[in-house]
Amino acid sequence: MLISLQHLRKEYPGGKVAVEDVSVDINAGDFVCFIGTSGSGKTTTLRMINRMINPTSGKILLNDEDVTKMDPVKLRRKLGYVIQDVGLMPHMTIRDNITLVPKLLKWSKEKRAQRAEKLIKLAQLPTEFLDRYPSELSGGQQQRIGVVRAFAANQDIILMDEPFGALDPITRESLQDLVLDLQKRLGKTFIFVTHDMDEALRLATKIVIMSEGKIVQMDSPDNILKHPKNDFVKHLIGEDRLIQARPSVTTVGQIMLKAPISISENASLHRALQTMHEKRVDTLLVTDDEDHLVGVLDIEQLDLGYHRKRPVSEVMNREIYFVHESSIIRDSVNRILKLGYRNIPVINQAGKLVGIVTRATLVDMVYDALWGQEDSGDDAVPELKNAVTAQQKKDTIAPAKGALDD
Amino acid sequence: MAGMNLWQQLITYFMQNGMYVLQQFGRHFLISIYGVLLAAIVGIPLGIFISRYRKLSSTVVGLANVIQTIPSLAMLSILMLGLGLGVNTVIVTVFLYSLLPILKNTYTGMQNVNKDVIDAGKGIGMTSWQRLYYVELPLSMSVIMAGLRNALVLAIGITAIGSFVGAGGLGDIIIRGTNATDGGAIILAGALPTALMAIIADGVLGFLEHRLDPSSKKVKN
Ligand SMILES: Nc1ncnc2c1ncn2[C@@H]1O[C@H](COP(=O)(O)OP(=O)(O)OP(=O)(O)O)[C@@H](O)[C@H]1O
Ligand SMILES: [Mg+2]
Repeated sequence: MLISLQHLRKEYPGGKVAVEDVSVDINAGDFVCFIGTSGSGKTTTLRMINRMINPTSGKILLNDEDVTKMDPVKLRRKLGYVIQDVGLMPHMTIRDNITLVPKLLKWSKEKRAQRAEKLIKLAQLPTEFLDRYPSELSGGQQQRIGVVRAFAANQDIILMDEPFGALDPITRESLQDLVLDLQKRLGKTFIFVTHDMDEALRLATKIVIMSEGKIVQMDSPDNILKHPKNDFVKHLIGEDRLIQARPSVTTVGQIMLKAPISISENASLHRALQTMHEKRVDTLLVTDDEDHLVGVLDIEQLDLGYHRKRPVSEVMNREIYFVHESSIIRDSVNRILKLGYRNIPVINQAGKLVGIVTRATLVDMVYDALWGQEDSGDDAVPELKNAVTAQQKKDTIAPAKGALDD
Repeated sequence: MAGMNLWQQLITYFMQNGMYVLQQFGRHFLISIYGVLLAAIVGIPLGIFISRYRKLSSTVVGLANVIQTIPSLAMLSILMLGLGLGVNTVIVTVFLYSLLPILKNTYTGMQNVNKDVIDAGKGIGMTSWQRLYYVELPLSMSVIMAGLRNALVLAIGITAIGSFVGAGGLGDIIIRGTNATDGGAIILAGALPTALMAIIADGVLGFLEHRLDPSSKKVKN
């Protein structure tokens, strides 16, 4: 464990309890986002980590060392710190600003100069900017400097308090990209306070939702979207995002077409051809006697190896791609769309064929997620119904390449 | 014309007593500077101190305010009782009057430094002294300089009055003029350099003040 917050509590003079019993474990490389309504104690929690505020009770361990026993100045030089707005020294050049911590740490002049060059590149700004003053940079550029300054002395842990809150959405996004890039490339650990759920979902590996000084829910972005703990969390995430998030939590079983056209491996090729003809498909899924998926037979194979009495099992293709009905759609979408499969059989836990996902089904699902919110009264039925219509449509466009089942 | 006469008289006076005027000019300037420097040595740290312990600020600034309200002639007389005639009394008077503008401006300057910048300085691991040296002083220096400027202009005026207690300076020339019959030119010979000194001091410190203003920081092209 890199950082461990244990039962933190902060009571301000005057009796205001800003933080109550907050415990969070943070591993190296984590990107932890604290999010919550205004006044929920996010800033207080963050500032207790670098001892800008001392906890009333509770413990903070950094590499198993109690931070309250450390020299606060030395501690802060080990932790990058970025705040909203300024934070840059207006009377110092960008060069002096970004190498301020190295200077405090008494690095040599040459080493600092090298560092400045490297950092300005990390910030993706031209080297000439080093000799400018902060007022000569745009807000977004200033905050880029603010961000890389936090890395100046190779700090491994970066604390950020709504660093992009004052920026317009486009600039904010480019700074998020910068932070993500730095995290991936340099493997830093981030503790990040934000108001913005999109930002948290985009950046975090772990989201800590706070309300009135307490943690309401703490989990990965996916799990929070999937299982918001209560109405407060749902409200914070927002109805829109919950709907948008649906595809990511829908399982294959929920959207697959049931009863795919299949044939027993013991059936004759003659029978297979008949089935294809009747159902107007060019591929058949092959199962054994217990409905386990064992192969796939398409019209070309059938044609090449045709003999009336020959069993399907002798010519079918045993190399098949399939998905489990319990897997998340988002994970299967890639395989289906990117690899160019027209359709993919779905099996259950026991390996039995239970359905099929076609490209048309996916199109329908995406359509549903983006446009179908108005009539999302009940979930499964319209999806299925729409899937069938989409399937039919597809067939009228390209009848020769009909899917397995229509 | 009387005016012509006055100017001619003045020029003659300068030609005949040039060295004397220059001497008094220098003496006058030094008395003012000493007083202001002493006030700065006490006032700036005190201003920083009360900006840290704000509860003290109203008491300290109030006290300095009270000093300011005492008429300078009265102050000179009171101090003379203790310190006797001579230059020390004037320097102490200048010191006391300069204290308020310097103290007040230092305090205001420190208060006006953006709290976020100080917070950031603390957050990245500056000690309290480093914050003072690298952040607070540079950022309040122009306001402090404005206080010094006020103090110096004030001091030059007070030093002129200080000649009454025998400290010398350009005031001496003015007093001579008031004692002489038809001494208008002599009065001018003392008053004009005094005014000039005040204007130059004001101009130079004003320039410094502007140079030190952090918002004027730009790349020098
Ligand atoms: N110095 C202080 N003295 C007294 N109360 C304080 C102090 N600082 C913060 N508080 C109170 O503690 C609570 C938590 O404040 P905190 O700044 O941690 O909230 P936050 O979650 O960061 O809010 P925001 O999103 O608005 O920044 C608030 O109710 C606030 O009013
Ligand atoms: Mg906050």
